[in-house]
Amino acid sequence: MSWFKRKTKGITTTTEEKKDTPKGLWYKSPTGKVVDAEELEKNFYVSPEDGYHVRIGSKEYFEILFDDNTFKELDKNLDSKDPLKFEDTKKYPARLKAAQEKTNLKDAVRCAVGKSKGKDLVIACMDFAFIGGSMGSVVGEKIARAADYSLKNNLPLMVISKSGGARMMEAALSLMQLAKTSVKLAQLADAGIPYISLCTDPTTGGTTASFAMLGDINISEPGALIGFAGPRIVRDTTGKELPEGFQTAEFLLEHGFLDFITLRKDLKSKVNQYIDLITNQPLRA
Amino acid sequence: MEYLEFELPIKELEEQLQKCKVIGEESDVDVSETCTQIEKKLKEAQKDIYKNLTAWQRVQMSRHPERPYTLDYIHAICGDSFLELHGDRGFKDDKAMIGGLGKIGDQSFMFIGQQKGYNTKTRQYRNFGMANPEGYRKALRLMKSAEKFGIPVVTFLDTPGAYPGLEAEERGQGEAIARNILEMTRLKVPVITVVVGEGASGGALGIGVGDVVMMLENTWYSVISPESCSSILWRSWEYKEQAAEALKLTATDMKKLKLVDEIIKEPLGGAHRDRTKTFTSVSNAITKHYEVLKKLSQKDLVAQRMEKYLEMGVYKD
Repeated sequence: MSWFKRKTKGITTTTEEKKDTPKGLWYKSPTGKVVDAEELEKNFYVSPEDGYHVRIGSKEYFEILFDDNTFKELDKNLDSKDPLKFEDTKKYPARLKAAQEKTNLKDAVRCAVGKSKGKDLVIACMDFAFIGGSMGSVVGEKIARAADYSLKNNLPLMVISKSGGARMMEAALSLMQLAKTSVKLAQLADAGIPYISLCTDPTTGGTTASFAMLGDINISEPGALIGFAGPRIVRDTTGKELPEGFQTAEFLLEHGFLDFITLRKDLKSKVNQYIDLITNQPLRA
Repeated sequence: MEYLEFELPIKELEEQLQKCKVIGEESDVDVSETCTQIEKKLKEAQKDIYKNLTAWQRVQMSRHPERPYTLDYIHAICGDSFLELHGDRGFKDDKAMIGGLGKIGDQSFMFIGQQKGYNTKTRQYRNFGMANPEGYRKALRLMKSAEKFGIPVVTFLDTPGAYPGLEAEERGQGEAIARNILEMTRLKVPVITVVVGEGASGGALGIGVGDVVMMLENTWYSVISPESCSSILWRSWEYKEQAAEALKLTATDMKKLKLVDEIIKEPLGGAHRDRTKTFTSVSNAITKHYEVLKKLSQKDLVAQRMEKYLEMGVYKD
């Protein structure tokens, strides 16, 4: 009976050789539908069975919006400082470092210029994975500079918001980024350059109280959470149960704060259709 | 007179002094020596306490129940010339946001500010100084009207935040604030802003983009209240003192960070201790800055304001 007897004792497979299922191979949507990661990517990161729009970052949005995923990143190396020497349960620089290591990003926004349907477009896209997509000095400055690039080169600007709001660790400096970004948007508006705001899941707090709501068009994706005060705060303050669908993109559309909601697969064509129409140019195919 | 916890030593001395004076008046005992000594002690205690206020104590001072509120300033500064104007022309008149025209000397100004109440009933009526979207839209309507007629704008900030209510969300609280911020960056008349109490986040900034932004000595201005900051970052309400320190929300800190332009001194013990003096300081500060701003062309005025806000922020390039 020695054919099933263990010859060497203990586990001999090294950790590196273990045949674990790699993370991210499957995605489970909130309704419980399971999708293969590759299939998800092909489907614009939307769960094919229930249409759930998975939260994605700048890498994915650039891939969706820029032709052949070709773009030039702007102000890539802008980095956060710790002007207030902020410390809560952790020091701010430690938080920054951890976020940078975890996400491989410099901060919570990336800006780029590239061709979308053959024409140049400037996109600033926030990354929720980086400290909740919070807006501090770097985010404000990068968005302002992206708008400035649009202004100088007469190119439409698109900002993709995905943020919990202003970054508390930079306190009032973060707050003033609402004004800073608005200055540039005002200049853009005065110059007659189109600005498209895409509010994605989630867009709340300071971003909603500035650039996210200031587009020539404000658009969104199905089911995205958009609001000034987060739902928990509203519930706690008012003591009222929140109606179903409160602060969803559909709710905002109904109340007049969005121009339309687009499926992610139609995003690129819808955005460019708007640009062609508002600039009175022939429609691109 | 109401006292905050850290003011109790002052309360005690003031009571002692009062008693001492009463004894002096009612009897033949000479108490002048004792009275002088208590007075001296009182002055020292006041100096000691008010010169070394912590960030949290400043927050408490900014919420002092006897502190003057926006309309108190306006009535004192403008007297009978003040004409209150109401309504956002779309939905309703927000009682937490007031506005109207008034004169300082010969010059008309459009005054706008959050208004708090002074007792339970009026606090509710004013929604604790927390404006709804219609409040911000009313403010913008008044600013635009001022711009149309070349009237400078003065805003008074005193709010624990924009109201985080269900209906406020339905009517676009974020959009209303965002619109105000953007329009204020390019308003073609001088905008002078004074933080007279609490400057909480977007709710304050929604009427707070100015050519000159001043803070009264015992006020605070930040992205979040120390209590909410504590509850989010420390996951407990217990760390409000630390949060207040960490947020660098006092007038001194804000000036150092170049986020506000000037600090207006308050009478010893706070704005409420000598209201007349406070009102005069605020009025003088407004006039002083207006005299400079009015000399700028519209173009330079807006360019200078925009440049100021574009400079805000600290980062590594």
